[in-house]
Amino acid sequence: MKTLKKLLRNPLSLTGIILVLFFVGVAIAAPWLAPPENPNEPYRIIRCGYLPMPQPPNSSNPLEGIWKIITKEATVCEARPFGLIESYDIYYGIVWGTRTAFFVGLVITGLNVLIGLIVGSIGAYFGRWVDELLMRITDVFLAFPFLVAAVTMAAVLQPMIGRGLITAMIALIVFGWMSYARLIRGDILAIKERDYVHAAQAIGAPHSRILWRHILPNAIFPTLVVGSMDIGSYVLSFAALSFLGLGADRGYADWGQIISFARDWIPRLSEYWYIVVYPGAAILLFVLGWNLIGDAFRDILDPRLKGRI
Amino acid sequence: MVAYIIRRLLLLPVLLFGVTIFIFAIFSLLSPEMRASLYLTDVPRSPDAMERIIKKYGLDQPIHIQYWQWLNQVVRGDLGWSKTAQRPVSEALLYYLPATLELAIWAMIPVLLVGIWLGILSAVHQDKFIDHTTRVFALVGWSFPTFVFGLLMLMYFYAKLQWFPPGQVSDWVTREVINGTFIRYTQMYTIDALIQGRFDVFLDSLRHIVLPVITLAYVQWALLLRVTRSSMLETLRQEYVTTARAKGLSERVVINKHAARNAMIPVATIGGLLLINLLNGVVITETVFNYPGIGRWAATAAGQLDILGVLGFTLFNGFLLVVGNLVVDILYALIDPRVRLD
Repeated sequence: MKTLKKLLRNPLSLTGIILVLFFVGVAIAAPWLAPPENPNEPYRIIRCGYLPMPQPPNSSNPLEGIWKIITKEATVCEARPFGLIESYDIYYGIVWGTRTAFFVGLVITGLNVLIGLIVGSIGAYFGRWVDELLMRITDVFLAFPFLVAAVTMAAVLQPMIGRGLITAMIALIVFGWMSYARLIRGDILAIKERDYVHAAQAIGAPHSRILWRHILPNAIFPTLVVGSMDIGSYVLSFAALSFLGLGADRGYADWGQIISFARDWIPRLSEYWYIVVYPGAAILLFVLGWNLIGDAFRDILDPRLKGRI
Repeated sequence: MVAYIIRRLLLLPVLLFGVTIFIFAIFSLLSPEMRASLYLTDVPRSPDAMERIIKKYGLDQPIHIQYWQWLNQVVRGDLGWSKTAQRPVSEALLYYLPATLELAIWAMIPVLLVGIWLGILSAVHQDKFIDHTTRVFALVGWSFPTFVFGLLMLMYFYAKLQWFPPGQVSDWVTREVINGTFIRYTQMYTIDALIQGRFDVFLDSLRHIVLPVITLAYVQWALLLRVTRSSMLETLRQEYVTTARAKGLSERVVINKHAARNAMIPVATIGGLLLINLLNGVVITETVFNYPGIGRWAATAAGQLDILGVLGFTLFNGFLLVVGNLVVDILYALIDPRVRLD
């Protein structure tokens, strides 16, 4: 509670919280903000016509168009508040892309933390060669630059399971868990020498019970906090993979994928600015929101800085 | 110290061994036919060509024998054929490396200068306007997708103003290289131009490299700035800084001579992280700016399923990072006499 109060009082983290809440709102309200043509496939971006050229927004004030869509005065294609690229409606893609961003960020973070927890806690609890082996494996995974490794993984997976969200997500999970494994390992190493753990061992409790009931609940909190603050950076990496053509499928509502169209129009970008500016702003603000909260959080939790914030 | 370096060097092959096992594991996810097709340099003429390649490269052998054969090839420098580069992978790496190196060297100059300078400034004026401004600047940089930033730069400085075009050099320079009037000794245009005193070529390549350099640098600044700032804050509270102030030294001398020098020690430890960021950054930056370096090649290879190219690039990166981290650790011990490596 005290932490939350501090976060709300700091203008930077307050901005972050407002930004994240804004995107939560957009994700929830997506069916009203951008009604899908086919309710069964809302993540297919609506296509308006068949022109490959970018089409400018229908009015100079995008809010006007959005308002018309919400009040059902116009369809998405009639209003096209952010313009079209390859006849995909950019506004529709951004609104539904918000859900994709949350889905991708939450799933990747959750699974990465989970794998990290398993590896780190097994290593720390059993120690000796188990720990040594697991940590050396972690080192090998760390020997690859994250994005480069994810690109490799996605490229190899693509011929097997096809291009799509899952491919890119697996790639980001395989190379994303290491920092959490190290973090939880350190915390468990500190806790496992506590008296209550020794007491549990003395009365003959099984390893799994000691680990799950006595150690993990006391060691898990910092890892969970760090993990939840990383959601933004995973969305960033995912967008980068999408931009390279290794992420979401063509026409799937995803921010990075919309921007990747801009690569074909670079010499005329000043004319077609809306392909980059709108989806780019969406990614930037989303990630910035998480990072603003995370930055303030780290300051609050860092004991060396206590009392100076 | 020497013992530590020797031990780390002995550990190096172990780690690299792990890296190769890992890369091979990724590779073996593919079916034998798919792997065989990676060795094709041409459309197979006869129906049993595939079979022959599977036999020749032992792709139907048990996995540990395949690994051993592959490792033998790799150690001899044979990483296979890259279809996107149209040359062997090891040659492709050497072919694309100089351009990336040139980009990285140019990018590190503003990163180090501005990052450290702003970090110190931010710490000295803690919680003042300038501190908040630089922190927001860093956070926005940290959150900016490299490709969006790059595209925005291109949108304004190329599409609108026509100042800084993408690519590496203009066509007339390429023609001079083909005609032999401009020789590429180091393969790095800016340096070659300086060696030959060709300021027109130097300016042209500088014009092309400015935007990618800024893009690479902006993403890196955040990290360096943050570490410098917190390290500097820590140092400013030390007693020897108070002593320096107490004996009446000017604030400038206190900050530059007493505080900043010691604050730089922890900054050295993030050298490895900067390297990772750089390697990640060049893939996207070079793709956006169509800059013919190792990163653009890797991105193209990944997009066109040139798996051997991608794996070669990954192996190269793993090697670079393992060695880079070792160098950073040793440097750290050299800078800070309090650190004992053992």
